[in-house]
Amino acid sequence: MAASTTSAVKARPSGRAQSFQQRLRAGDDLAYAVTLAAAITILAITALLVYELYVHSTLSRHKFGWSFLVTRTWDPVAEQFGALPFIYGTVVTSVIALLLGIPLGVGAAIFLAELAPPKISSGLTFLIELLAAVPSVIFGLLGVFVLIPILHKLEDPIRSALGWTPLFQGPFYGVSMLSAGVVLSLMIIPFIISISREVILAVPNDQREAALALGATRWESTWDVVVPYAYKGITGSIFLSLARALGETMAVTMVIGNDPKINTSLFAPGYSIAAIIANEFAEAPGEMYTSALIELGLVLFALTIIINGAARLLVAGTSSKGGT
Amino acid sequence: MTRKIMRAAMAAALLAGAALAQQVLINCGGATFPYPMYSKWFDVYHKKVPALAFNYASIGSSGGIKQVTEGTVDFGASDGPMTDEQMRQFREKRGSNVLHFPTVLGADVPTYNVPGVTGQLNFTGEALVGIFFGKITKWNDPELVKANPGVKLPANNILVVHRSEGSGTTYVWVDYLAKISPEWKQKVGVAGSVNWPVGVGGKGNEGVSGQIKQTPNSIGYVELIYAVQNKMSYGKVKNSAGEFVQADLASVTAAAEKASKTMPDDFRVSITNAEGKGVYPISSFTWLLIPEKIADATKRKAITDFLKWMLTDGQNETEALDYAKLPKPVVDKEMKAIAKIQ
Amino acid sequence: MARRKMSLHLMRRKTVNAVMLSLTGLCTFIATGTLLYILGYLFVHGGKNLSWDFFTKLPAPVGEAGGGMANAILGSAKLLLLATAIGVPIGFLGGVYLAEFGGNTFAYLVRYVTDLLNGVPSIVIGIFAYTLIVLPQGHFSTMAGGLALSIMMIPIAIRSSEEFLRAVPLALREGAMALGASKSKAILTVVIPAAKNGIMTGIMLNLARVAGETAPLIFTSLGNRFWSPGWEQPTASLPVMIYTYALGPYEDWHQQAWAAGFVLLALVLAVNIVARLMLSRQAHVIR
Repeated sequence: MAASTTSAVKARPSGRAQSFQQRLRAGDDLAYAVTLAAAITILAITALLVYELYVHSTLSRHKFGWSFLVTRTWDPVAEQFGALPFIYGTVVTSVIALLLGIPLGVGAAIFLAELAPPKISSGLTFLIELLAAVPSVIFGLLGVFVLIPILHKLEDPIRSALGWTPLFQGPFYGVSMLSAGVVLSLMIIPFIISISREVILAVPNDQREAALALGATRWESTWDVVVPYAYKGITGSIFLSLARALGETMAVTMVIGNDPKINTSLFAPGYSIAAIIANEFAEAPGEMYTSALIELGLVLFALTIIINGAARLLVAGTSSKGGT
Repeated sequence: MTRKIMRAAMAAALLAGAALAQQVLINCGGATFPYPMYSKWFDVYHKKVPALAFNYASIGSSGGIKQVTEGTVDFGASDGPMTDEQMRQFREKRGSNVLHFPTVLGADVPTYNVPGVTGQLNFTGEALVGIFFGKITKWNDPELVKANPGVKLPANNILVVHRSEGSGTTYVWVDYLAKISPEWKQKVGVAGSVNWPVGVGGKGNEGVSGQIKQTPNSIGYVELIYAVQNKMSYGKVKNSAGEFVQADLASVTAAAEKASKTMPDDFRVSITNAEGKGVYPISSFTWLLIPEKIADATKRKAITDFLKWMLTDGQNETEALDYAKLPKPVVDKEMKAIAKIQ
Repeated sequence: MARRKMSLHLMRRKTVNAVMLSLTGLCTFIATGTLLYILGYLFVHGGKNLSWDFFTKLPAPVGEAGGGMANAILGSAKLLLLATAIGVPIGFLGGVYLAEFGGNTFAYLVRYVTDLLNGVPSIVIGIFAYTLIVLPQGHFSTMAGGLALSIMMIPIAIRSSEEFLRAVPLALREGAMALGASKSKAILTVVIPAAKNGIMTGIMLNLARVAGETAPLIFTSLGNRFWSPGWEQPTASLPVMIYTYALGPYEDWHQQAWAAGFVLLALVLAVNIVARLMLSRQAHVIR
């Protein structure tokens, strides 16, 4: 923004005019001070957050060290705690969400950006962006009473098609990593669609026209020219969705089964970092248990920062609006 | 428009605040095992003494122990008595002792959802251990078939449902399993929260019963009233006298009989797998955890008054919810113990 | 010979074109259809279970049918009021700073940290509020819950305020200064009013987002079966009630959970629709 204005006129006006000018500049300083204070508050809050997480997880960090990240045991009686089952559950459910969400999301984004007539495109996008506003606990509610019964019905077809893989072995009880992954995918699809669509729309028209002029079909122009151009932004949207999926709490904890074990089968129940904190934090018996949970929170915090950071780099790297 | 709404909202909040300023809110929380009983009691007591509201958060026994130790609730509740170590931590943090006051007698029942089975199944202690160890995996396992002649058990996989958070109901259950099986005692142990060999976790008695209701071929342990209120099937368990007994007022009261005569001063006692005829083996007292020193005089009076009511009139409400009354010797002993609260 | 080969190739490309394009249409159909289906389910189911009792009564004792969520509705309102009262001023002023005094490295740092805070999972913010407020105070409270929610509001408030302030045309600012206004006067009397609509809609969207948050409330405001007086006691809230009731075994609880979901979703969507409509109208005006 332009620098302070009336400083050019340094000549001293007399009497009332002088105090007016002083009052004006004092207003400037006040505005600056107040808004600066607000900006500093944000830094202070975030610093305090990291500090509190770090300090309150000391017990657990000192006892387990880095092995916390690779230990599978979660034994409250023996006070042996390891983060691996939760990292596993968090990652696996998020990966399922991405595997389902990316094709559907990007596909729909392409349709909405390239093919649909503008009115339909903006109408549907409006609807989809509304869906992005649906709270997590409502997805959880729907997951428990609508999705899981549907998955029960789909169990046999899935098993006959994919039961030979280690991914779909064992009994299916409804609550499982599969259910959590599917609920998560429903939650991230609106984000992927919304951001990808905007990124694709932002690709300059001459790119498309050049491709079509060279004889490409509509699809080829989209897939071979436009999408690669928008690739960074689309990948960024995927990373952002991943970051959201990693931290999702309520919907996951209501359908994942709450079992801190590592299972290759997606039919098996699992546990995510956010879910165990939600379930057990208020009840954690003992200092070490609470400390371990807070350390889990720290791990999750670190994970989301890394993914978010990667996402920002990618989305900011696209043309037009620099950064969301 | 927005300003009008804001003003209306503030006015409503202020009015509500003023009306409630008279009310004393006492925060308590813990065990889900007796939650239906406590919620009924607090509701009845609130109607009797509208100035007092006991807000009970059903967060599990471990939550009750933790929160009363941290001081974030005025008193806690647990079906697993506090260990010596936990009581020491309480003394350290709160500067006084914590007192256990039994309230009712309840029972953990094995509740299940097996397609085609509507009656009561019989479970031996060994069968339950096997199921929860993951060694017995199918409903038509020989051990179960042997105990249930004439019942058609399907060849389906058993899904075990346990608690996802620290729980006194769990404590009672694993306490019983450990008495049946030294292997369980050694490998898994007895605590509010254990490293379960198999199964999915539900939150609270509510969550476990909710999960079982939704999931065919599942089995879990809940407090009796949850199975009854939700019309869920629950089984009989074999007691130390060799009988298959169903949990009910008589069998649970029988379980406490011996212990009530030899009740220790701090009221901490386990009555699982009790000896005697007609005893239901997975019974338990459940306790309120009350700090010996309560600084706030209003709260102290409110709590002690409630305790007295609970031990007299309150005991008349228990049977409607299938909780057994406290034996008389225990009630008398508790009345005397109330004087300890300063 | 060559011609036939070329037209086969062309046919293949055309087929691929038709197939892939219809697939993307299918994706859109599946994505939108699924989401609309489950929302329709919620509205039908939830609407069925709405009743006057739901809005006016307190929860009934466990296992008894009846009762309502009056205290949860009020609790949510109080929490959101507190969250807005704390989060919006800080966020807005921070946005003013970035838009009007930004451009240096410090502003860059602030933006980076804001995005960082925005990405923090809500459960972690719940832990933060617990260690910061609940532990030292020694009890759960509406205040702790409200503060947790306000921390979630701040990053979005900053970014959206900054965006809308930046969108005010340079000409307006320069005009103000040409007329002799100081910077602060220009901001106060010209820039902010010009961005007013956008900022208001930003606040509304922010509020709608935070209204549905459950995780940070589970161990800060906890829950309450009665009315919660003042700000220092635990309080019931709609999202937490939905969570608790959905997982329980009682049919009655499930029905109430649906009703609560309906109310929550209806409010969230209504605010979103209104806000977005206001935004798109404003966009036309500025252009």
